Amino acid sequence: MGLILSLLVQGVQMALVVALAPVLTGFVRKVKARLTRRQGAPVLQPWRDILKLLRKEAIVADSASWVFRAAPYVIFAATWVAAALVPTFATNLQFSWSADLIAIVALLGLARFALALAGMDVGTAFGGLGASREMLFATVAEPAMLLITFTLALAAGSSQLSTIAAAMAGPEMGLRVSLGMALVALTLVALAENGRIPVDNPATHLELTMVHEAMVLEYSGRHLAMIELAASLKLLLSLSLIGCVFFPWGMAAPGDGVTAHLTAAGLWGAKLALGGTALAISETAVAKMRVFRVPDFLGVALMLGLLGTLLLFVSRGL
Amino acid sequence: MDLTPLSNADLRTAPLRRDHCTLSDWSSACAALDAGRLTLLALWGEAAAVRMALLDEGARRIGLLTLPAETAFPSVGRHHPPAQRLERAVADLWGLVPAGAPDARPWLGHGAPYPFLPVEGDSLHQVPVGPVHAGIIEPGHFRFTAQGETVVRLEERLGYVHKGIEALMTGAVLARGAELAGRTSGDSCVAYQWAFAQAAEAGLACPAPPRAEHIRAVLAELERLANHLGDIGAICNDAAFAMMLAQCSILREGLLRATATAFGHRMGKDVIAPGGVSRDLTPEGVAAIRAALTAVAARLPRLVALYDGTASLQDRTVGTGRLSPALARQFGAGGFVGRAAGRSFDTRRSLPYGPYAELSFVVPARDEGDVNARVWLRIEEAQASLGLLDQLLSGLPGGPVQSGLVPSGPAEGIGLVEGFRGDVFVHLALGPDGRIARCHLRDPSWFQWPLLEAAIEGNIIADFPLCNKSFNCSYSGHDL
Repeated sequence: MGLILSLLVQGVQMALVVALAPVLTGFVRKVKARLTRRQGAPVLQPWRDILKLLRKEAIVADSASWVFRAAPYVIFAATWVAAALVPTFATNLQFSWSADLIAIVALLGLARFALALAGMDVGTAFGGLGASREMLFATVAEPAMLLITFTLALAAGSSQLSTIAAAMAGPEMGLRVSLGMALVALTLVALAENGRIPVDNPATHLELTMVHEAMVLEYSGRHLAMIELAASLKLLLSLSLIGCVFFPWGMAAPGDGVTAHLTAAGLWGAKLALGGTALAISETAVAKMRVFRVPDFLGVALMLGLLGTLLLFVSRGL
Repeated sequence: MDLTPLSNADLRTAPLRRDHCTLSDWSSACAALDAGRLTLLALWGEAAAVRMALLDEGARRIGLLTLPAETAFPSVGRHHPPAQRLERAVADLWGLVPAGAPDARPWLGHGAPYPFLPVEGDSLHQVPVGPVHAGIIEPGHFRFTAQGETVVRLEERLGYVHKGIEALMTGAVLARGAELAGRTSGDSCVAYQWAFAQAAEAGLACPAPPRAEHIRAVLAELERLANHLGDIGAICNDAAFAMMLAQCSILREGLLRATATAFGHRMGKDVIAPGGVSRDLTPEGVAAIRAALTAVAARLPRLVALYDGTASLQDRTVGTGRLSPALARQFGAGGFVGRAAGRSFDTRRSLPYGPYAELSFVVPARDEGDVNARVWLRIEEAQASLGLLDQLLSGLPGGPVQSGLVPSGPAEGIGLVEGFRGDVFVHLALGPDGRIARCHLRDPSWFQWPLLEAAIEGNIIADFPLCNKSFNCSYSGHDL
């Protein structure tokens, strides 16, 4: 019985992240529109776009190889698995033993690798441009993410997310400087990972300034739907991750009943809405930075992650 | 040198004499251009002649040269690079070959495969952009040669929106010509129609009544203000700062609606016609414009503070896309492109027309030549336009708005008007039947597009949209 319920909750969460991801994207767009005095598209518009794309014909460039056709599925699968591993409203789910922060970083790295390959595969100038910029950012973003993982793992004694969440919610954790650094660093990395302002502009039509969009310019139909869905999932994953690690309150544990799970799910929704609103506000308040400033920006995240780890080491080891 | 020198009074009111110049006049003009004593204003072809308009900025005079040519003429571009694209267009449209020109490729003609300039060097790669772009903008091809992200060379290829406006003009009646002029570049329809009307009125020596000239200036300043506001927002939006675009768009929309209320068309199209204006300004129209201006005057300072106070935005605009003052002077760049790079020329002040001689306004100028300077130029010009509109609306003279101009010919005249982009030049020749024999319209973009190629050099590719928007050259007006 316990196993069935636990599998059910895990299944519900996996379905829920996919169902909610485009809604979250739509919500961020809506808030941004209202902040710039526009009506904005309905919150469900990203879902409608994805369904429309799924019905449309997929045009593939003549010069594209199997890499180009396979990449969208790899990207979607890797991102979905990563998103499903992050505890959203319930901890210690069936698959949580594998919900390791390092695994999530690796899955996202795999998706990024596939996307960059696909961008270069068709041989257009924009795909190569986007791929080279993405890799430039990744060389700083990925080590920064790993250092953040180390900070959290040192503080919680494990790199497994449910354990981290439990430790963070626990009374003995308290306020720590290194955790604050990790939060700031994770936010910076998340902005870069998701291609948000100030690193990339998801709403731009200017090919020359694109990073993520430049790599997917040649995609259409179901391929594009997969990539759009994966991008939405990544945003949801990032916000859920920040929520589960730094604001782990009100999450349901395995033994809890249905009401507790529902309350926890509602609270998770509230956390996402809060995170989405904060993102929309910050995107309205700053301009995009020059491409070559992004490594500096991510370098801050790297340094904060490093400092956080060192501080924990020093306070522990001495 | 025997060029027909025109003082401002001649330019605005007197019909032109059509004297042919000699080859030596032509080459001494080339030498003067090369030495920087004169600025090239326009160069265009006719049946069996090439014509060149020159500006003496110091003496504030305009000269006109007409060189008879059957198949070829001595190249000006060989001595003075700004003339090169004009000559290539003359060769495409009139079959008159510039002899000795350094660049013999076609410009407006797209019949044959186009050889881009060769590029040699290590680890260079090319990025072709356009002619169809992702946004709702006009078509143009940009060929970047880059080393990593740094632009080594940009080569433009234009002419995709050649509509044959000058050919349509030939043989048309004056009213039809005015309509066509207003459709040369949609955002500058007032400037074009005013310049066209000036050329017709000068050629027929029949000036428009003062009230009509005042109403024209109201339209022109509204156009300038609306376009500058749109540009300021669009430049910031290219740096992903959508807030500025939203706020500026609201102000621009208010101005367009007021223009529609006062003149029956959002862009003020077809209000200006040779002989005056087709529509008088009513007290209700004045009230609508004043209301829109009050809204702009109230909000503009806050938007300027937002622009100036957003560090992330300043980081993108300051120092980006720098244009050297020497190049701006050599090319005679008009508008904010020239004035942001130290070339302080504004037709409204240097060769005043209409009511501008009696109005007080500042012509801002800066030396930095970067994107930030071009944004600031627009801000300051918008503020100056607010002041001008206030003076114009308070001091509207009475009287008729039409002079009852009767087209007769042959006659020739020149019009020069400061549009929001820069000086719009129109040369109009009427035939014996009063119909248009030849009309040439020169957009300020002819001398700004080449400078964009220079300004982007050494910048990174990702900054091109920002530079391009800060230049905001016209495709349609350039391609004609």
